[in-house]
Amino acid sequence: MKPTKDQLLWMYENMVLSRRFEEAIEKVYMEGKTPAFNMANGPIPGEMHLSNGQEPCAVGVCVHLTDEDIVTATHRPHHQAIAKGVDLRGMTAEIFGKSTGLSGGRGGHMHIFDADVNFSCSGIIGESCGPACGAALSRKMQGKPGVAVAFLGEGAANQGAFHEALNLAGVWKLPVVFVIEDNSWGISVPKSEATAVERNDVRAAGYGMPGHHIPGNDPEAIFDIAGQAIERARAGEGPTLIEIETYRLAGHFMGDAEQYRPEGEKDALFEKDPIPKMRARLLADGTATEAELDKIETAAGEKVEDAIGYARDSAPARDEDALTAVFV
Amino acid sequence: MLDQQTNERRLTIARAMAEAMAQEMRRDPSVFVMGEDIGPFGGIFGNTRGLIDEFGKDRVRDTPISETGFISAAVGAAMDGMRPVVELMFVDFFGVCFDAIYNQMAKNTYFSGGNSSVPMVLMTSTGGGYSDAGQHSQCLYGTFAHLPGMKVVSPSNAYDAKGLMTAAIREDNPVVYMYHKGLQGMGWLGTEPGATVHTPEEDYVVEIGKAKVVREGSDVTLVGLAMGVHNALKAADKLAEDGVSAEVVDLVSLVPLDRETVRASVAKTGRLIVVDEDYHSYGVTGEIIATVCEHDIGKLKAAPARVAFPDVPIPYARNMEQFCLPNADKIVAAYRAMQKAEG
Ligand SMILES: Cc1ncc(C[n+]2csc(CCOP(=O)(O)OP(=O)(O)O)c2C)c(N)n1
Repeated sequence: MKPTKDQLLWMYENMVLSRRFEEAIEKVYMEGKTPAFNMANGPIPGEMHLSNGQEPCAVGVCVHLTDEDIVTATHRPHHQAIAKGVDLRGMTAEIFGKSTGLSGGRGGHMHIFDADVNFSCSGIIGESCGPACGAALSRKMQGKPGVAVAFLGEGAANQGAFHEALNLAGVWKLPVVFVIEDNSWGISVPKSEATAVERNDVRAAGYGMPGHHIPGNDPEAIFDIAGQAIERARAGEGPTLIEIETYRLAGHFMGDAEQYRPEGEKDALFEKDPIPKMRARLLADGTATEAELDKIETAAGEKVEDAIGYARDSAPARDEDALTAVFV
Repeated sequence: MLDQQTNERRLTIARAMAEAMAQEMRRDPSVFVMGEDIGPFGGIFGNTRGLIDEFGKDRVRDTPISETGFISAAVGAAMDGMRPVVELMFVDFFGVCFDAIYNQMAKNTYFSGGNSSVPMVLMTSTGGGYSDAGQHSQCLYGTFAHLPGMKVVSPSNAYDAKGLMTAAIREDNPVVYMYHKGLQGMGWLGTEPGATVHTPEEDYVVEIGKAKVVREGSDVTLVGLAMGVHNALKAADKLAEDGVSAEVVDLVSLVPLDRETVRASVAKTGRLIVVDEDYHSYGVTGEIIATVCEHDIGKLKAAPARVAFPDVPIPYARNMEQFCLPNADKIVAAYRAMQKAEG
């Protein structure tokens, strides 16, 4: 499958938007956390998992989805949320713990829920898989269109939940696609020391579904394979497992000293940064002009600035609201 | 860290835990440690730092993110002559592996009629206060203590942390060792300084199942564990400013529960406030109050009170979470309300 110009530009736009968003979040996150780094301080407290470097996985998959399709995401959800069209202002305000946040400040960065675009996530590793199966089953039972995509990390592919969900999807032929973002690290543990097989796509065979491996963190290659998998799911032909080789340019969470990384790894990864790479490609093959791409980048910056401003200016969550919304 | 004035060696809980594990690993080749990021990383909360350098990858095993697999494996290894110390990184993650814990680790001794034992330690971090939201901030003390077959401990300071870890490793029964993140001595979690205390270098045990009176008083008994003890001590300071003498009991262990120490204290003070960062209902606070009431309700001069986390998932927003967490002021307010009710 080949992307149209519009699709290519959409992917680029959302990659840039996600990157600018995280650059802004990173800056705000550090407010109040220097010189002593204490997670509890600053306008954005708690853990912060950035997804920079992994943007191609989100855009190459979500470009094929509509608001009605379902995405279940992870503890590292920003790029996935942005590509799925989650309300940026609401998400930013949620990360700031404000009353105007998607969940009124109750969830935070690991618990982004936007029902309008069928997006949810969990901070428990592997827990994106089961809910995606259930949503896919629900669509099937209701006779409604739609596919579900579960994002997960390569570390999550060693959880029982992953294997149980894949079997369920396989035996019930559910319209679901499992997308593993293999950034080769589960916090400090390398894939090679945690996973019995070199590539997770081979595990698909155990659950009666096709498996694909996509090297190179390449948005167009992801577009192609993900497009086929989603088409297959829409046609009622069942689930697919995809593993994408990608790169985590940041630490596991902010504050991670990353001493476990081999020397030089980070520099090498930054050289493969997918955003400048895609920009160069779009220009080189004449898909877009400098002016077009500059415009996209400027617009992304403005959108982020607007969202951060909105979040900053919003009223804080009300203390007493902590006690509401336990039940509907 | 050497205290300048007293020349005493002071350790954080993180270091105290690691030191106890190292000493036991030197003494007993059947002791090994496994869990996520406990190798070169040294544990997310610093409690296994240095172990891999001394004992190597065979005895200090980084695991895949497969809690059901490796905690069940610890059960099997423990029943076959090893003494695993296994880490569940955050207690909140018990959801993916609870069968291994309560249907196997906790019950196999009983099922075997006492012919098999499961000498393992399950260490796990608890607690919030740094806005890590509802899947990374719980305590769940009551959840674990409720189920028979496992001992449950939770230190409030480094001295107890070391002695309890040593005791837990030597114990022939499974021990759930719950350490509070806010007491670990990790600056990035905003640590409570009162947890970093004198800790002897030589090995020693702190008895599992024995509570401690950590501050003597005569007007009211404040009972807590882990972070709750520090909140209670701060409340006792505030109450003392108004001439109220509060006694503070550190439970140290939840199973076995030292009911005698609690009852003796309340017999003396006549008033009871229980502090718990776990949820309000069906938990430690209710158990402690029942322990006193069912024994001799006549000892109480006022209805007992509890200061616990309300029955809601832990919210992310800093102000919301702080609104829900127990603290010294809430304990003082509970005492004031008690006084008012007494008239
Ligand atoms: C059940 C469970 N176990 C452990 C963790 C702690 N944890 C958070 S992220 C993480 C690593 C996840 O690795 P991977 O799935 O590859 O995703 P990545 O962080 O690389 O995006 C771990 C172990 C958790 N959140 N949930």
